[in-house]
Amino acid sequence: MSTAKADILARVRGALGPSPVVPEIPRTYRLAGTLVRDAAVVDLFCETVSEYKATVHRVAESALPDKVRAILGEGLRVGVPAGFRDLGLPVIEDRGLSVAELDELDAVVTGSALAIADTGTIVLVSGENSGRRALTLVPDHHVCLVAASSVVPSVPDAIAALGPDAPITLVSGPSATSDIELDRVEGVHGPRRLDVVVFG
Amino acid sequence: MKVALFITCFNDTLFPGAGKAVVTLLQRLGCEVEFPLEQTCCGQMHVNSGYEHEASGLHDRFARVFADYDAVVSPSASCTAHVRERIESVGGKVFELTEFLIDQLGVVDVGASFPHRVTFHPTCHSLRLLNVGDRPLRLLREVRGIDLVELDGARECCGFGGTFAIKNADTSMAMLSDKVRHVLDTRAEVCTSADTSCLMHIGGALSRGRTGVRTMHIAEILAAQE
Amino acid sequence: MSFQSAAKVTLKDAQLRRNIGKATTLIREKRLRAVAEVPDWEPLRDAGEAIKAHTMATLPEQLEKLEAAVTAAGGVVHWARDGAEANAIVASIAKRVGTDEVIKVKSLATDEIEMNEALEAEGIHALETDLAELIVQLNPEDKQSHILVPAIHRNRAEIRTLFEQTIAQGQSLGNEASAIAEAARLHLRNKFLTVPMAVSGANFGIAETGTIGVVESEGNGRMCLTMPRVLVTLMGIEKVLPAWQDLEVFLQLLPRSSTAERMNPYTSLWTGVRPGDGPQEFHLILLDGGRTNVLADEVGRAALHCIRCSACLNVCPVYERVGGQAYESVYPGPIGAILTPQLNGLGSAPSLPWASSLCGACYEVCPVKIDIPSILIHLRGRVVREEKSRLTPEALAMKGMAAAFSTRRRYEAAQRLAKLGRGPIVKAALPGWTAMRDLPEPPKETFRDWWKREHGEG
Ligand code: SF4
Repeated sequence: MSTAKADILARVRGALGPSPVVPEIPRTYRLAGTLVRDAAVVDLFCETVSEYKATVHRVAESALPDKVRAILGEGLRVGVPAGFRDLGLPVIEDRGLSVAELDELDAVVTGSALAIADTGTIVLVSGENSGRRALTLVPDHHVCLVAASSVVPSVPDAIAALGPDAPITLVSGPSATSDIELDRVEGVHGPRRLDVVVFG
Repeated sequence: MKVALFITCFNDTLFPGAGKAVVTLLQRLGCEVEFPLEQTCCGQMHVNSGYEHEASGLHDRFARVFADYDAVVSPSASCTAHVRERIESVGGKVFELTEFLIDQLGVVDVGASFPHRVTFHPTCHSLRLLNVGDRPLRLLREVRGIDLVELDGARECCGFGGTFAIKNADTSMAMLSDKVRHVLDTRAEVCTSADTSCLMHIGGALSRGRTGVRTMHIAEILAAQE
Repeated sequence: MSFQSAAKVTLKDAQLRRNIGKATTLIREKRLRAVAEVPDWEPLRDAGEAIKAHTMATLPEQLEKLEAAVTAAGGVVHWARDGAEANAIVASIAKRVGTDEVIKVKSLATDEIEMNEALEAEGIHALETDLAELIVQLNPEDKQSHILVPAIHRNRAEIRTLFEQTIAQGQSLGNEASAIAEAARLHLRNKFLTVPMAVSGANFGIAETGTIGVVESEGNGRMCLTMPRVLVTLMGIEKVLPAWQDLEVFLQLLPRSSTAERMNPYTSLWTGVRPGDGPQEFHLILLDGGRTNVLADEVGRAALHCIRCSACLNVCPVYERVGGQAYESVYPGPIGAILTPQLNGLGSAPSLPWASSLCGACYEVCPVKIDIPSILIHLRGRVVREEKSRLTPEALAMKGMAAAFSTRRRYEAAQRLAKLGRGPIVKAALPGWTAMRDLPEPPKETFRDWWKREHGEG
């Protein structure tokens, strides 16, 4: 008996015939590196991300802990990735928190790998800075720190800077749905509150 | 300039007025117009209905009949698009009327006068197959006395689609009734377009509803000197 | 049922037409804005089209690369010739995991092979977690009607009533859409955190790296892809993309074309298994399920380029009026009219290629430039040649007309008959037309008679 794999590949080859035409791919769109990476890019990011009903804050790096404390207030159970920068407030480090423990967090503070100005997107790459995926998913409030120097202009810039080694989550605003009358409504299964703190 | 008229079987049989208007208009603009009597049908209806094989003889015939002309002008955007795509040997020199006027003759003001309230339906094939853009509107805007009103949902199909209007008559009618509602909302006396097939469809409902709104091919307005 | 008959039924549903009309009008305008702000939209479409055509032409190589890369990253790759094989693979994994429940991210491929029903028959409940899928699943009488928003035919008030009768019994949800979303959140939250296995579809699979991508909005996708121990992804073989770089094209084309946003809320990209993060067991099932039939048609194969954005549905004047259910397929609208008959065999849906006025609005918006009208015409030709008797009244009429047009003499004779309301030209069209529309008064003189009178026979 031939395997499903062999059968499918044989059918594909049969369907294509002996010498299928392989077209060239014209990449005349704006490739990575086409757009200038200046201060205007950071402004644009702040603008696009705020259009998703995320709250945007811009601070100097030194003011970061104060800002985070101001956003979160007192008495919350705040999760952070293990070994995360000092925020000057009590935090629960994720050293393999159970699902139940994650579910008990009120908020989570993480960093991000980079951000895309054109689309208002934050890119989380599983690891020390962005945390693992569940950490930024289960708690209802995500405070995400974005270094101004990590903001790139376009999607191609971001894809060029990323790779397949760790899981990636592109986040553009809080959880939302378009399923009711094709209109975007915020707040379904992912974090319903997203604060983006752009620093530096 | 010497041009051949590709009238289309549909206009020849049912809407001779559109063809006559093209002749009047082109002659007024100094063209010498010929009408090759050997022309019949370009085969579009056959191809679009799945009868490609039956159309191939018609394609050959079309190529033969128009082989010796430098330019061919047609009052049908839809048939022009068909021959341009399917009949390689001559397709490139067939022009829809408004394309011909603007791109080949270089005129926008064709010396027409038509003191009526008019709305324009840009047919799907003139918009999306020929990409005539705003050429028809540019021509209409220059007509003396015209009161040109914009049609809401103009880019939407009227529901004709050749045999679609018969095979899927209920769906076609649902599309048509929206188009007619938009036409009536303009309170125009005349609804015009670059294809009499769509106009027959729209006009059929306007007439059934006793709305009093007339349909006219754009050539008839551009030829008018009222 | 033929499309014509099914449409007759749905056209009578005024509420449905209003719901769909309202939603599609809104999204059409939004899409125009989302696209207008991208200066290189056309080059992106050109690239998207070429990447897809390139992929199809090199499909065996891409699939083998994908398999090797996923395997190297700790995943397990399965191949399924048809839906039954794919469903059996999923069922056997669920049994080994020992669960009688799996959570699902919206996946058209799983709908296509009726995975939920197949799992149910094995005693495994598949819980849909996408809001619109949930809406459809909660009402046993209901069916999906849109590829992106399967419950597009339901308005807010109807959804609210449904929820108050099912997952939010005894509550009053009020008129806000956010209350509906909240009800879904509460209903599913515990499932996300406890069910050990998820099933997803895939938007892309990158051959070069073995990375799989899922594009979504609500976060239910992230939940399913992250929280369970075991993840099974079903992917049609046409969803493979050659290179990592290709993501930059499709992550721009897809969101703006589908929900008309600059970017959808969440996109997940993962490669095999990541220790300490997400499912520790990952299976990828590569499904043929009729796709190689589509590939065998040189013209029709472009239907496999589809990235399921649904833009063509949203602009289609036919879809807008009849709704998705009239197409009686997982894939409605323009893409359904070309894909369904090819995937399942022309005989299964012979009327679908005619479910279009060929207005071309679909081709104009398609992010990968699938020339849907031309494929429709091509498939009409195939149906006429392969499926229909050569002697249907229509075939006879078409032949009659072709004959009538074949010489000038016959053509002029047919014109004379038409003037009298007889002959091949009239027979073909008259009855279906005049039932609802007036025919113009036949002219006293044809154009050519006038010409001859004025200019002679020349
Ligand atoms: S055919 Fe094109 S427009 Fe339609 S869903 Fe597929 S990709 Fe989108």
